[in-house]
Amino acid sequence: MTQLSMTVNGQPVSHDIEDNMLLVTYLRETLALTGTHIGCDTSQCGACVIHINGVSAKSCTVLAVQAEGKDVTTIEGIASGDRLHPMQQAFHDQHGLQCGYCTPGMVMSAIELVQANPALSEQDIREGLEGNICRCTGYHNIVKAVQTGAQAMRKA
Amino acid sequence: MYATQYHKAISLDDARSQLAAADDAKLLAGGMTLIPTLKQRLAQTDLLIDLADTGLTLIEDTGSHLKIGAMCRHYDVETSTLVATMIPMLGSLAGGIGDRQVRNYGTLGGSIANNDPSACYPAALMALGANIHTSERDIAAEDFFVGMFETDLDEQEIVTAVSFPKPDKAAYVKFPNPASRYAMVGVCVAVMDGDVRVAITGAGQDGVFRHNDMEAALSEQFSAMAIETVAIDEEMLLSDIHAGADYRAHLVREMTRRAITACQP
Ligand SMILES: Cc1cc2nc3c(=O)[nH]c(=O)nc-3n(C[C@H](O)[C@H](O)[C@H](O)COP(=O)(O)OP(=O)(O)OC[C@H]3O[C@@H](n4cnc5c(N)ncnc54)[C@H](O)[C@@H]3O)c2cc1C
Ligand code: FES
Ligand code: FES
Repeated sequence: MTQLSMTVNGQPVSHDIEDNMLLVTYLRETLALTGTHIGCDTSQCGACVIHINGVSAKSCTVLAVQAEGKDVTTIEGIASGDRLHPMQQAFHDQHGLQCGYCTPGMVMSAIELVQANPALSEQDIREGLEGNICRCTGYHNIVKAVQTGAQAMRKA
Repeated sequence: MYATQYHKAISLDDARSQLAAADDAKLLAGGMTLIPTLKQRLAQTDLLIDLADTGLTLIEDTGSHLKIGAMCRHYDVETSTLVATMIPMLGSLAGGIGDRQVRNYGTLGGSIANNDPSACYPAALMALGANIHTSERDIAAEDFFVGMFETDLDEQEIVTAVSFPKPDKAAYVKFPNPASRYAMVGVCVAVMDGDVRVAITGAGQDGVFRHNDMEAALSEQFSAMAIETVAIDEEMLLSDIHAGADYRAHLVREMTRRAITACQP
């Protein structure tokens, strides 16, 4: 057992946890933040992407104890009250999802991509989302959503 | 994942003494290979020693070499201006590893210590004739990569950095597995002081290897034409669900052709 403290979506949290607990398990089961999904056990699908100190990470491939003292943001932490984050709104407007399982990871990856390169091209988006797999949409509307979201983020 | 303890080392010395004191400890770098392996219970350990805070993140020009710390993430190498000016091939190799999230965590030291037969870095280290620095000694790349998932490292040894000599020109080209982006076949061609070196990853049953016959042909004439008729021995190539040995042999020639054409200073 280790006492773990970090900030999640702006709130300080602290728990005694087992050293072998994955960060995604801590988020979903200890904090009940079930927006972060688990889609594979090979670290390939990206359904679990969150930000740790502003950097996108696969939370299924990080131990919770590795995030000690860090600032974690999940899909639950990006809206302002009732107002969706521009990237979430863009996925809604462009119909960038079908079943929605990959969507939280897609949105978190996309936000970091746009922050790193606000003027990104369609090719940059497709390559930047290589670590996010969607079995429903064929990606076309996801790319459109990220383009729209990027535009809205530039304005915001 | 089986139960384990976690220790975040505060220095290289701390990591060394923890490693020496424990029965069965493992070093944790980016975790992009180790954690999936642990979580599928393909491996087990009493103690994970996290190298995240041990430094080992320097990228420097030593005059003769480009020296990259073991804990440099693929993202650091991909975006380093020093790497881009000294050996741009390494920046583009790192930028082609896995996906953005893998590059945000995976490290040079973890990649070479793991020596996955489909990993990208081993090809570059072999082609450039890099030197691997560890907590105990220096090891030439040729001696370091022993076989599939096998290196010359002993259990108490920590990779600290890799020194790359600057090539006259070099390129790394891979055919990525469409799901993981690992190299189905990856080829690094480098010209070092006039010597042509060709290292191949993703294809060999014993991991990364140099192709002497292609090197000889390219020394005569450095062009994609020169390797058209060089024999590629399928007997020593991997065959798995991703590709048979015959297809890999085809990819070896094709990726080598592309690397020759892409070679740049
Ligand atoms: C989806 C996905 C796609 C990938 N695609 C590619 C790809 O296209 N090309 C490619 O090359 N790789 C790829 N990888 C692997 C990736 O590059 C890993 O990061 C790398 O193989 C391991 O590095 P790590 O820092 O994560 O090491 P870890 O997983 O932390 O460690 C790996 C092993 O090395 C040991 N180790 C770590 N650091 C040291 C050290 N300094 N000294 C001694 N031993 C050490 C550990 O004990 C462990 O046994 C991919 C991985 C994933 C999950
Ligand atoms: S759950 Fe698939 S990458 Fe994390
Ligand atoms: S919308 Fe179903 S997996 Fe992407």
